Amino acid sequence: MCLAIPGQILEFIDPVNQIAKVDVGGVRRNVNVGLLAKEEGGIHLGDWVLIHVGFALSKVDEEEAAATLKLLRGLGEAFEDEIEQLKTSNIT
Amino acid sequence: MKYVDEFRDAELARALGVQIAALTEPGRHYKIMEVCGGHTHTIYKHGIEAHLPENVELVHGPGCPVCVIPMGRVDDGIAIARNPEVIFTCFGDMMRVPGGNGSFLDAKADGADIRFVYSPLDALKMAVANPDRQVVFYAIGFETTAPSTALTLMRAKAEGITNFSVMCNHVTIVPPLKALLDSPDLRLDAFIGPGHVSTVVGARPYEFICEDYNTPIVVAGFEPLDLLQSILMIMQQLNEGRAEVENQYGRVVPFEGNLRALEVLQEVFELRPYFEWRGLGFISQSALKLSEAYADFDAELRYATPGVRVADPKACQCGEVLKGVIKPYECKVFGTACTPETPIGTCMVSSEGACAAYYNFGRFAKSAARADA
Repeated sequence: MCLAIPGQILEFIDPVNQIAKVDVGGVRRNVNVGLLAKEEGGIHLGDWVLIHVGFALSKVDEEEAAATLKLLRGLGEAFEDEIEQLKTSNIT
Repeated sequence: MKYVDEFRDAELARALGVQIAALTEPGRHYKIMEVCGGHTHTIYKHGIEAHLPENVELVHGPGCPVCVIPMGRVDDGIAIARNPEVIFTCFGDMMRVPGGNGSFLDAKADGADIRFVYSPLDALKMAVANPDRQVVFYAIGFETTAPSTALTLMRAKAEGITNFSVMCNHVTIVPPLKALLDSPDLRLDAFIGPGHVSTVVGARPYEFICEDYNTPIVVAGFEPLDLLQSILMIMQQLNEGRAEVENQYGRVVPFEGNLRALEVLQEVFELRPYFEWRGLGFISQSALKLSEAYADFDAELRYATPGVRVADPKACQCGEVLKGVIKPYECKVFGTACTPETPIGTCMVSSEGACAAYYNFGRFAKSAARADA
């Protein structure tokens, strides 16, 4: 749970509960984007966000996201564990 | 991508190492604490220390949320989990953390309904799916994670879900740093500030470190070159006699933090008068509990918890490791009685813990260095 992983917003699912579908390293899951309510410029489809325990913490640019994903993949087991745990998530 | 390659460039790492070395005064020993467990992981994984001069020492701090949970809080969680109507949920990282009387995994094997969840929202969903059970979420983490628990509780309240509650173990980043600065057995020259927690709190809360303790802090990213660049920024400050909050991770961390996250923390939580940290003891105003408005969701008010304090095992030196007083390999049981498979202390449990990081990556470099010596 310590990691924050970049994911890309694919679809806004539920505006009331602020749920969006994201792609995190090839795994597609729903996350809450409510913490980005005050982000400058708002959030849009295709934006990259840092995801931690099912919540988007902050927007990042595409280059930062790519660099972070590469670093996390290099962690090996810690990253794979996090992705496995993400796969169990079924937020709606 | 060019950006990625630049950050991975070994030549740049070496060049930064040379610049850092040029700024050190001969005969002076520099102790720099990286607060965050993620940084500790990067330091060992990428052999950052190999790029630093011998008199620049990296000291590992208390920024791993799993590692700082005291044994008594695990025991209290297990006491709640043993209620037959309870489905007890926690992050996977917590499952193997030893309490005074076994871990959550042990209690699960013993019949308690304990399940790991990826997100507090998954725990809330479990409550909706199991209306005849009580779902308790064991919340841990610094300000990085606490807003997620807060938004989950706000949703539970808005939807009128009554069979959901939270045992809150959220901690705050600033009080342990102050405790370390006040500690007589540790002299630190500077801090590498945590990255992700700062996306929420911003950089402003660290200003007291500079103003009251004349100590620099640089908030850093997680790439190896981020860390080396942060250390260079620290050395420049020390060399010029400055003590300032600088933000090397500005591409992700806004100076003011995440205003919406700070707002929801304010609404859902209040500060506990004190909280016990593993190895650091009781620190005043260092943790969160649910506010009056959310008291109905407070598992500690719903269930009897023993609330006993359990002393850490005598052999375990996690306290000294968390305070940076000793290195993981200097602990008496490191790598022998205490391993990631059979951890005695929390620092060996979490992959972000200094002992586990060192066990997995650092010990090889160290034994090679020893063989050379």
